[in-house]
Amino acid sequence: MTRALLIDDEPLARMVVQEYLQSFSQIEVLQECGDGFEGLKAIQQHKPDLIFLDVQMPKINGFEMLELVDNDDAPAVIFTTAFDEYAIKAFEAHAVDYLLKPFSKERFTKAVEKYLAQAAMAPAAPKPTGNLLETASHSPQQHERIVVKTGTKVKIIPVADVLYLQADDDYVSVFTPEGSFLKNKTMSFFEQTLDPRHFVRVHRSYILSVQEITRIDPYEKDSHLAILKSGAKIPVSKTGYAKLKQVLGI
Amino acid sequence: MAAPTNTSTFSKLSGAFAICGLAWAGLQSYIVHSFGFPWFVSLADGLVSTILLAAACWLINNNLRYYQPGKGSYINILIWCVALAAACTAGSRYILPFLDNTEAYVTLMSQSIVIRFFTSFLAVGWMAMISMIWYTQQDQKENERRKTEAERLAREAELYNLRQQLQPHFLFNSLNSINALIGFKPDQARKMIHQLSDFLRGTLRKDDQQQVTLSEELQHLNLYLEIEKVRFGHRLKTEISCDVNCSECVMPAMLLQPLVENAIKFGLYDTTEEVVVSIRAELDGNYLELIVQNPFDPKTSRPRQGTGFGLSGVQRRLYLLFARNDLMETHANDNIFTTIIKIPQL
Repeated sequence: MTRALLIDDEPLARMVVQEYLQSFSQIEVLQECGDGFEGLKAIQQHKPDLIFLDVQMPKINGFEMLELVDNDDAPAVIFTTAFDEYAIKAFEAHAVDYLLKPFSKERFTKAVEKYLAQAAMAPAAPKPTGNLLETASHSPQQHERIVVKTGTKVKIIPVADVLYLQADDDYVSVFTPEGSFLKNKTMSFFEQTLDPRHFVRVHRSYILSVQEITRIDPYEKDSHLAILKSGAKIPVSKTGYAKLKQVLGI
Repeated sequence: MAAPTNTSTFSKLSGAFAICGLAWAGLQSYIVHSFGFPWFVSLADGLVSTILLAAACWLINNNLRYYQPGKGSYINILIWCVALAAACTAGSRYILPFLDNTEAYVTLMSQSIVIRFFTSFLAVGWMAMISMIWYTQQDQKENERRKTEAERLAREAELYNLRQQLQPHFLFNSLNSINALIGFKPDQARKMIHQLSDFLRGTLRKDDQQQVTLSEELQHLNLYLEIEKVRFGHRLKTEISCDVNCSECVMPAMLLQPLVENAIKFGLYDTTEEVVVSIRAELDGNYLELIVQNPFDPKTSRPRQGTGFGLSGVQRRLYLLFARNDLMETHANDNIFTTIIKIPQL
């Protein structure tokens, strides 16, 4: 028995999937969710095998929701969306499928059968969601906000509130005026997604917001120290200093 | 190169040219006559010289019509003028003695040869200058016309694009809803197809320059809202209030809809609760004011982020139509985002 969730903010869109699924007696829909928060909670609670996921949803979009799912819980994903601009090709390699609304029953059946075939072939194989996220993370709001989990709550940090980022083992600490939050991403991911005019990787372990800098002092040989408005002192490497000078135009 | 002069201007100019020529011939005849030559000889002298001069003027004018000298090549024009003046003078010098070969006349001819040359030169030079100024001006006018035309086309294309960009996702999502309704509520599916058709037809029929009344625009907006409510009816409420005196106000077609579309998207995607989008129309002096409000979450989004394509498109259209940048403003208070546009009433 395959246990599935429907996550879409339009009731009618969920209804289509429900209707199409009636011919698959082996798939049981555990719950319908109207937004990413509900979806996340339901995934943690039910640990489904498969989710049907819309991209554009209130507060956090489908990609951001997936970022917050623990790798152990990660279900297989079939995207259902009207937007074709999210680099469909890239996703198709990793997500089970990507259905463009409105989709036909035949197209939907093909997607579900693809999932069933994959699940039958390698039931114990690592689930694809992790991979999907590595390549697929350039979703629309990615350069505007960072979604993190604090305990059981989801926090949305507008990029404008970010002071600096610090590498922290396999995670990155996001520093804001309200404190720091852990995010399971790499430094190079943030270096690529954040606006390079506002965020500079000044050090192997630091990315900072140039608007926060009040002063740059020389420090030891070849390196500098950036003093932020908040008082934090961030080490700046030689190459980081060169990049910073370029962005600041000095 | 030069613009084809229209016929009435052309005949007027030719007339003026002919009158100048006659005056010139008359004057020259009178001068020759005053030296004591008979009228027959004087008139022949005046006419022949003037015809030659007119031919030279016509030649230089025609030349300049098709060839505008560059900055450095005025010297060429000068050489042309000298050559033509010399040709005129030589013509008179060798033709006129056939008509009167008395010694007195031949003497006059040889004595006046220098002054004949210079007057011819001045006349031809003057003609060259006038032609040059005239044709340059024609060229400039033509260029200006082409430039305005190009600008107009670019503006129309831009307006067209601004309108087109608003459609696809709305359309696909609506079709998806219809797809769902067909399964279990075929009547509603049919109704929604009609609403969608009416809305799209309204969109297609309107061209961007067209002005509609507020009540027409609100009617069109209602079709859009009905469709959005099928999709989001569980969360979306709308309130429309319109002062009685502004229902006949005019505004550019399809301006309110993107504003409301933006408010709905902003409201629906930035909160998870019920969303009330309110639309108000007021008359303020000579301006029709449209106020659209939607809730948002100030903790997670900067109001600027919510502006998205819809608002910048509306602002650009207002600029293209009224050449003003101050007709739209946005405010964010607490958790309500407000967009106000003002449409000048003529």
